[in-house]
Amino acid sequence: MKKELRLLKGNEAIAEAAIRAGADAYFGYPITPQSEVLEYLMMEKPEERTGMVVLQAESELGAINMVFGAAGAGRRVITSSSSPGISLFQEGISYIASAELPCVLVNVVRGGPGLGTIQPSQADYFQATKGGGHGDYHLLVLAPASVQEMADFVPLGFDLAFKYRNPVMILTDGLIGQMMEKVELFEQIPRATEFDQDWVATGKTPDRERNIITSLDLQAVQMEKRNLRLQEKYRKMQAEVRFEEIACEDAEYLIIAYGSSARVCQKTIQQARDKGIKAGLLRPVTLYPFPTKAIQVLTEKVKGILSVEMNAGQMVEDVRLAVNGKIPVEHYGRFGGMVHSPNEVLEALEEKIVKP
Amino acid sequence: MTEEIIVAGFGGQGVLSLGKILAYSGMMQDMEVSWFPSYGPEMRGGTANVTVILSNDRVSSPVLNEYDTAILLNQQSVDKFESKVKPGGLLVYDGNGINNHPSRKDISIYRIDAADEAAKMSTTRTFNMIVLGGYLKIKPVVKLENVLAGLKKSLPARYHHLLPVNEEAVRRGMEIVYEVAEA
Amino acid sequence: MSIHVKSMDVKDIIKKENLVYKKSPLMTDNVLSYCPGCGHGTVHNIIAEVIEELGIQSQTIAVAPVGCSVLAYEFVDIDWLQAAHGRAPAVATGLKRVMPDKYIFTYQGDGDLAAIGTGETIHACNRGEHITIIFINNGIYGMTGGQMAPTTLAGMVSSTSPYGRDVSTMGNPMKITELVAQLPGTYYVTRQAVHKPSNVRKTKRAIRKAFENQTLKKGVSLVEVVSNCNSGWKMSPVKSNKWMEENMFSFYPLGDIKVDGELVK
Repeated sequence: MKKELRLLKGNEAIAEAAIRAGADAYFGYPITPQSEVLEYLMMEKPEERTGMVVLQAESELGAINMVFGAAGAGRRVITSSSSPGISLFQEGISYIASAELPCVLVNVVRGGPGLGTIQPSQADYFQATKGGGHGDYHLLVLAPASVQEMADFVPLGFDLAFKYRNPVMILTDGLIGQMMEKVELFEQIPRATEFDQDWVATGKTPDRERNIITSLDLQAVQMEKRNLRLQEKYRKMQAEVRFEEIACEDAEYLIIAYGSSARVCQKTIQQARDKGIKAGLLRPVTLYPFPTKAIQVLTEKVKGILSVEMNAGQMVEDVRLAVNGKIPVEHYGRFGGMVHSPNEVLEALEEKIVKP
Repeated sequence: MTEEIIVAGFGGQGVLSLGKILAYSGMMQDMEVSWFPSYGPEMRGGTANVTVILSNDRVSSPVLNEYDTAILLNQQSVDKFESKVKPGGLLVYDGNGINNHPSRKDISIYRIDAADEAAKMSTTRTFNMIVLGGYLKIKPVVKLENVLAGLKKSLPARYHHLLPVNEEAVRRGMEIVYEVAEA
Repeated sequence: MSIHVKSMDVKDIIKKENLVYKKSPLMTDNVLSYCPGCGHGTVHNIIAEVIEELGIQSQTIAVAPVGCSVLAYEFVDIDWLQAAHGRAPAVATGLKRVMPDKYIFTYQGDGDLAAIGTGETIHACNRGEHITIIFINNGIYGMTGGQMAPTTLAGMVSSTSPYGRDVSTMGNPMKITELVAQLPGTYYVTRQAVHKPSNVRKTKRAIRKAFENQTLKKGVSLVEVVSNCNSGWKMSPVKSNKWMEENMFSFYPLGDIKVDGELVK
């Protein structure tokens, strides 16, 4: 079969992949740097291509609750936004997580806090991996590091969302969203025509009890049971951990970075090795679940770890929990919309990890 | 082979599309490519730049602070990026409106008066294609046939009647680029 | 003069031939969580009856709000989603867009629809979603203990307007129903009540029409039901209904506001 190669922006890849993944609906609201998702979808007329619904909502509050509705009907539904918009999503995400609805959420992160800047950032790590809204819950978080992964993680996201009946977040940033790369597009996956999962709200038929999609249990003892069920699910979700190791076999020093920062650090690794510093890179592909075990294995082999993130130090906390004080763990990163260069990371690696 | 390029100039000069055509050309040649633009408020009338990487291997960082080649199309870009060219690297610039010319001794510097040349052609919108031709003359990282194929792929079909004039512009650029200083 | 009434045994009372009224079979046997005297239960039963009569139980999906009717899904035997406060019209939009031939309705109170959910309400109406909105207006936040609502009347006492609603600082009571009737996306807008049998019958006709309209795909049908809140108003049910007639109906007059896409003059 002839593979289809396209040069696409990360945001466009998300949109094209949504159509090809057989999504039933996209609801969104424009915000830089991800507006190309909605623009591309509108341009492509998915209603004609697959019957997929695309709607520009009145706000992020509207969009995420449209997602809630369509997901409650068992449909494959996706939305995207960027940091300030994702904050507005949080109410709905908490309800979706509690009601255990599958959906794919894309956060093309920009610098914050507040209105911040439209430039790339990874400052929403805590928000994405620790819950984000109120209550004890987790999203399954995928962190693409290329435009190819932007496309590939959409169908993967749907698979995982339905496997666990849990919202999946694709956590990316303005760099990958705006960057163009070569993408090999997967074949069109047909939209589902039957929505016969036993939990969907599609109209009560005589052969079953009515289905109620709710996040509410007024009785605390029932709410505790719901929470225990969620926690059990999160334990099972640990099996989905994904990561990539680059030049780790003989590494003496380890960089841990995800997404666009991991791309920058790949270059740093080359530069370090050119200077005789044996550096390796561990790239978490899932941020929740976090590759704790992989880090623990490497902890036994390397002298120190630098967690490189475009934030003031967020993932480094999870790295330190994994390492548990056995070797030095430091953080480096530009933030507020600044992207560190490979050279800057190399300097930080030498100063904070190699030299001391 | 990996070629790391920054293209910088005013918004509206076709900086981003020059980069895009380079990226498409690389793709036509089965190379790995990345194209990362400056995006944001500076898009509207201010300065614009794009980092293009063409490589036979997987592209690592799409963001760089030193480049094999800098294609600089206004004074601000010369001021900002001359120092970011790797020693032994290449700087191509348009002399139009430049008072402080690039002067490094450890890089190759070429000049192309594409703005003047574009004014002579039927449409000034070929400016960036003249620049591209100049660059490819010095560093033929992609074959002309792949540039033309890339151009065709990046242009919407309604502009395909402009392909010949763009090809002419690329060829013209190859003729008029000239060396200012050798590394 | 004394009248001797022969006392009936309960077994006689429940005989079929003595039956004069029954709840809709689509009403579940769960005990209603509403205060005695409240209009919610009546509206629930009307909705259940309409769905039953139209034979659309298997094609109807409802969206419950936050407020007294947050547990509406316990009482009407259809599929439900329970939405965040104010978001029901957006949730209904999501449902309707992926299931355009199903009957989708929201059931919302005044705080939900006219305060926190104003944006979702107005935009669902403006887009002309082919949904039904049942809007219960009792001029107060009942569930949380009688706080001021956007629809609380001027001078009306609530727990957050203990000296009466002062419109100069607390804003004016909001006629959101008249407001959305102005939007081209609404097809049928009416205001009814359920405090008397005659009103119950009118409300039932209105709700039935609001459901039937969904097949026309001509936009939103919104039925406002002005209702009492005897607990929140701190009155007996009888007195609250009288107070409602005397005070609420003058500001929120009953009747059709928009029919078949045309404003009623």
